[in-house]
Amino acid sequence: MNARVVPVDVPWRRETASLGMWVFLATEVMFFGVLFLAYLHARIVDPQGFAAASRLTHEWLGTINTGVLLTSSLTMALAVRNGWAGHRRLVIRLLWATAVLGLAFIVIKGIEYGLEWRDGLVPVLNFTYSGAHRRAVETFFFLYFLMTGVHAIHLTIGVILVAWLAIRDRDPARPVRRRESAECIGLYWHFVDSIWIVLYPLIYLVDLYR
Amino acid sequence: MNATKGWILPAASDVAHRVDHLLFALFVVTGVTAIAIAIVIFVFCLRYRRSAQVDRSNAPANKRWLEYTWTLTPLAIFLAFFAWGAVVYAGFYGNAAGAMPVFVVGKQWMWRLEHANGRREIDQLHLPLGQKVRLVFATEDVIHSFYVPAFRIKQDAVPGRYTELTFTPTRLGTYDLHCSEYCGTDHARMGGQVVVMRPEDFARWLAGGGTRPTMAARGFETFRRLGCSGCHDSRGSVHAPDLNGIWHRVVHLQDGRTIVADEAYIRDSILLPKRDVVAGYEPIMPSFAGQVSEAEILDIIAYLKSTTPEPR
Amino acid sequence: MSAIAAPLPTVPRESFLTQGYTIGSWLGTRDHKRIAILYAISITLFFFLGGTAAAIIRLELMTPQGDVVSADTYNKLFTLHGVVMVWFFLIPSIPATLGNFLVPLMIGAKEVAFPKLNLLSWYIYVLGGIFTVAMLIAGGVDTGWTFYTPFSTMFSNTHVVLAAMGVFIVGFSSILTGLNFIVTIHRMRAPGMTWFRLPLFVWALYATSLILVLATPVLAMTLTLMVIERVLHVGIFDPALGGDPLLFQHLFWFYSHPAVYIMVLPAMGVVSELITCFARKRIFGYRFMCYAILGIAAFGFLVWGHHMFVSGQSVYAGMVFSMLSMMVAVPSAIKVFNWTATLYKGSIVFTAPMLYALGFVGLFTIGGMTGIYLATLAVDVHLTDTYFVIAHFHYIMVGGSVMAYLGGIHYWWPKVTGRRYSEAWGRVAALIIFFGFNLTFFPQYLLGYLGMPRRYHEYPPDLQVLNVLSSAGASILAVGYVLPLLYLGWSLFKGAPAGPNPWNARGLEWATDSPPPQENFREVPTVTQEPYAYDPEHPER
Repeated sequence: MNARVVPVDVPWRRETASLGMWVFLATEVMFFGVLFLAYLHARIVDPQGFAAASRLTHEWLGTINTGVLLTSSLTMALAVRNGWAGHRRLVIRLLWATAVLGLAFIVIKGIEYGLEWRDGLVPVLNFTYSGAHRRAVETFFFLYFLMTGVHAIHLTIGVILVAWLAIRDRDPARPVRRRESAECIGLYWHFVDSIWIVLYPLIYLVDLYR
Repeated sequence: MNATKGWILPAASDVAHRVDHLLFALFVVTGVTAIAIAIVIFVFCLRYRRSAQVDRSNAPANKRWLEYTWTLTPLAIFLAFFAWGAVVYAGFYGNAAGAMPVFVVGKQWMWRLEHANGRREIDQLHLPLGQKVRLVFATEDVIHSFYVPAFRIKQDAVPGRYTELTFTPTRLGTYDLHCSEYCGTDHARMGGQVVVMRPEDFARWLAGGGTRPTMAARGFETFRRLGCSGCHDSRGSVHAPDLNGIWHRVVHLQDGRTIVADEAYIRDSILLPKRDVVAGYEPIMPSFAGQVSEAEILDIIAYLKSTTPEPR
Repeated sequence: MSAIAAPLPTVPRESFLTQGYTIGSWLGTRDHKRIAILYAISITLFFFLGGTAAAIIRLELMTPQGDVVSADTYNKLFTLHGVVMVWFFLIPSIPATLGNFLVPLMIGAKEVAFPKLNLLSWYIYVLGGIFTVAMLIAGGVDTGWTFYTPFSTMFSNTHVVLAAMGVFIVGFSSILTGLNFIVTIHRMRAPGMTWFRLPLFVWALYATSLILVLATPVLAMTLTLMVIERVLHVGIFDPALGGDPLLFQHLFWFYSHPAVYIMVLPAMGVVSELITCFARKRIFGYRFMCYAILGIAAFGFLVWGHHMFVSGQSVYAGMVFSMLSMMVAVPSAIKVFNWTATLYKGSIVFTAPMLYALGFVGLFTIGGMTGIYLATLAVDVHLTDTYFVIAHFHYIMVGGSVMAYLGGIHYWWPKVTGRRYSEAWGRVAALIIFFGFNLTFFPQYLLGYLGMPRRYHEYPPDLQVLNVLSSAGASILAVGYVLPLLYLGWSLFKGAPAGPNPWNARGLEWATDSPPPQENFREVPTVTQEPYAYDPEHPER
């Protein structure tokens, strides 16, 4: 076989990083998948109980949060798109908007957790519910805290990454790396948003208007 | 005491014979194939070893007809074994009509077996020859598995539910019983014997053992002692479903579903009463979890079955 | 043949091994080849740890009574054996050692896609190992490697949480390795290296990597839920708290069945490399082999319920899983036929690697056939949870994967170290291992049929003969495993220099020095040939 010199490597860097992020997101789907399966199983066992539990959630806060997160995905997508065209100041603003929206989500979630604590709906730590479907409600809220908690951790990591991008972008001398990192972090952000979109109906919308 | 004679495991049940036929067929087919492959490899290694001067020209890189054949033929053979195995397997679980029930409760590290007339045994099971038997399994703690190699039967006893198995012993003798799902320290000692007797001997054995109340009688006592009759008596003041004749009755639930009252339904109603509430009733029944053992639940079920007029 | 003798090969003065001699240069390396060696040392240590547990088990089983160790100790020993051998030896073995070393070389790349992630994955492996050793020192765990609930969550008094954490952590090592390989194979192939010119070893590792990244997260979350139930008493798997033990089994086996394909697919890849080289012949049916590899990986995700035929799952589910299990056996059968057909009109030499490869084909065939027994519903009722299953999976994982691993170690030893090992000792060890293995595990098929359940330290007395045969075999097998440590170690100091291509093999890894330079190739190769371009009529070419 022939041997000839081939220059190293910049063009394939973007595609490597991006493919790597897609594979990582596939693993994340499998992580969350287990929790969704546990939820599905418990809900099939006692659908009435899950409906009762879902009615105890704060659907207004959840809906606001959905809007917040979807908007943040918009700003992130715009940031990535404009990054390719090189509009540095606009991109930085969009990135900060994304990060702030992400933080807003976390704050609202925190308020929601506080309300659930006040209502005595936190399994293990403070669970005082004594209605008809106690076991199912406890299981529901356990899964609720676990799934939204894991989601919130992922979101926090995302906020840190987006903030890092915005800070790093202050230096205009490194265009190439910025774009591919932004694209990867954008993918991650959209993934976290997608998980929430699945979580939202499972938590807030079960038999809402009985 | 062991029933294995050297390399032969007796086939002591109806399913055992069917399983052994299937096993033998598997052994022949896979054995012939494995030997054939071994021979071919050996012959090729010998004939085509480096030092051998043989014709090596035009070695094929593929031969599509051959590849399709050796893909589809094994598939067909494997699926045939699947079908055969599935049919025999279905026979373990279906058709319990006319079967004599025995209730098996496993707990760390012993088996408690109970015949319908109340006769109890620990780590031993007496059965009559030629009589179809239906074993119902429960466990007080972890997963155990009831395994009688000579019968070729095995079934996990899973906490939180009942599992069951149906077969007919076809050979007199004493056979090993093992627990075959790891369950802790003395898992290897959780075994015993199954004794298959002539029907007349079994009848005598069953009647022996002193005067004991039947499972149903014990169940009636438990039913009263725990206060069940206080609400479920048709003359009571509390509005609760009448349980006379409940066994295999069609029950309409509050959420619109319809189920048939079987062992699992009765057990769940005692331990998780808020889950499947009957239509038209309030969910006010308290749970008896922690106040009643698996054996007592089986007794109550036997009592409730007895309130149904035969035959069922 | 040339009239002038070719010069004797020498060990090159500069290679990846000479780029730094300090511990720091090894522990901070980004070189995939050095990381592969770090893994090789670690997994060998764990292999002997798991092997020691097995030795004590076989010693106990020489007599029907439990007279060597207590019941609790025995239970901890088989749990340790399973946990260590599955997660700390078999799953990383070929991918993280041979795979890490060879994948970039075989595709003509300088490095893997994410070298720092690769090093991180080794550190994560070590961290998981530390947790496991800590668990061992703290007193062990006695749940079996399968951690079934509610025993593991509510009844065991041993260090379940430590064990689960060790396995949880090492899972991330697997995921990162798989991620790295997928991106590397997709994006970093040399010019001309199309998918259907890749060696089957690379195909096998690609399919394995897909399983690694998709299945391992399920295990991680399942163990997390198990630990949460144990520590916080939340009801997920324990019916007393409103949970379902079968949910655990489904989640656990959804990972653990594909996991066994993680353990066997790379081995199959190695065997394809060995048979083609030592029969001097291209693989028969290359495309079918590629599709079979992918088919095994895909179908492997659909059959997990065959571990649960007597668990209380529905009869209907049992039938679906049985049928799918029959289907997953077909691609494996295709591979065995293709390896056999590759020998036809080849020019075969019986080097140590070839002996291991042929041993794999035979033993994997037997192990795979007994899988058909277990996939057959009615038969599985009798055989499940007995020594038959133990024999089945050891035939595949030890008679299969470990032998392929050893074959690969011997085959690529000259490439990695630049030295040749003693062929005579290599063959002796291979034969001892083959004999010892069969003596150890074939009697266990009979024990299983005769009804000896697994995880038993006591058994009915008339099963003693078979158990003694098995233990005798184990002692021979142990000798066979120690031998390579000795003669391979010896070769590091006294072995003859190998030169770039001592086996005259095809494949890009042989087109560079032994040991390779740090950047793998002085010039990036361009590929123009099909893989395995051997000519059996002219074996010297």
